[in-house]
Amino acid sequence: MDFDNSQPIYMQIIDEYKKNIIRSELKKGDKIPSQREYAQIVRVNPNTVQRAYREMENMDMVETLRGQGTFISAGEQMREQMAKEMAAKVMQHFIHEMRSLGYEDTMIMAMLKCELEPMEEGEQVDRI
Amino acid sequence: MIEFRNVSKRFGPVVALNSVNMEFSAGNITGIFGPNGAGKSTIMKLIAGINYPDQGNVKLDGENPRAKRESIAYLPEIDHLYPWWTLRQAADFISTFYRDWDCDRYKELLPFLNLHEQMIMGKISKGQRAKCKLLLVLARKAPYLLLDEPFSGIDLLTREEIADAVIKGYREGEQAIIISTHEIDEIESLVEKVVFIDQGRIQLSGDAEQLRMERNKSLVEIMKEVFRHGNQQI
Repeated sequence: MDFDNSQPIYMQIIDEYKKNIIRSELKKGDKIPSQREYAQIVRVNPNTVQRAYREMENMDMVETLRGQGTFISAGEQMREQMAKEMAAKVMQHFIHEMRSLGYEDTMIMAMLKCELEPMEEGEQVDRI
Repeated sequence: MIEFRNVSKRFGPVVALNSVNMEFSAGNITGIFGPNGAGKSTIMKLIAGINYPDQGNVKLDGENPRAKRESIAYLPEIDHLYPWWTLRQAADFISTFYRDWDCDRYKELLPFLNLHEQMIMGKISKGQRAKCKLLLVLARKAPYLLLDEPFSGIDLLTREEIADAVIKGYREGEQAIIISTHEIDEIESLVEKVVFIDQGRIQLSGDAEQLRMERNKSLVEIMKEVFRHGNQQI
């Protein structure tokens, strides 16, 4: 995993786990690497990983069982909630960036539609 | 804990450190960043008890660093191992000197760093020698680990191996590691605390994650900013 070094790394670790849960690649009960293993896999300070794991425990995303390891504890309800939150964040960011380029909302809508709809053969689309 | 109180050090006309105040606590990995000649190695040598401050105090757990030498594992910038030594001979030598030598850790890190005990110090590459030096300090259970320019002149892949070994060898909670370098890239995600030093003065210090949060910048970018501003003042 490559980190964006201009953002706190522990938050990126949490986001990475959230994405895995949202995509259902990690499900409730799945075991995740120990803090030490994870630190070595992603080449990050073990204390930074510890901070990320501690926060995930506080959010009830994961739970650590003594002597057994750390497991995903987020269920379907939490998965949906996280998906909503992350999608909203991405959308807000997109809208903010587009507006800062000076696009009106109607224009943003039109452009989005244009990007999302598969082009029909021979059809010309005016890209702005 | 390592404490610097108003520490100044000159070498002839050159001011290496100018009224430096700082602390390093146990259980952290700290990066000391700065250009060549900023004073990084001087800080390391003062902690290791090899140099003494002209003014001010350096204390290690409240004592003079000289009295606490056995609690420091120091990787100097220079090649300090005899060229005719094999790695095994170097390890034997160090293990008789220091009671905190951890033979299991040594044997674990040896293959991890792709090293062999028969390697002769004077006949291996610079990168391999850098890894040997690292192995010999990581194999000690010393509470303070000083790595002075562990990456300088080392190729990218070897730098990554070194960073990996530091994480693997790090004793969380009980060990403080201090790394001085001007090559931040490899260790952006390794350090928790940072000290930016230039011309013998601390220009900025703090918690790495906090600095990223506040400035939306990487440590490399912050360093450029700090030192550009530093130069403008002159």
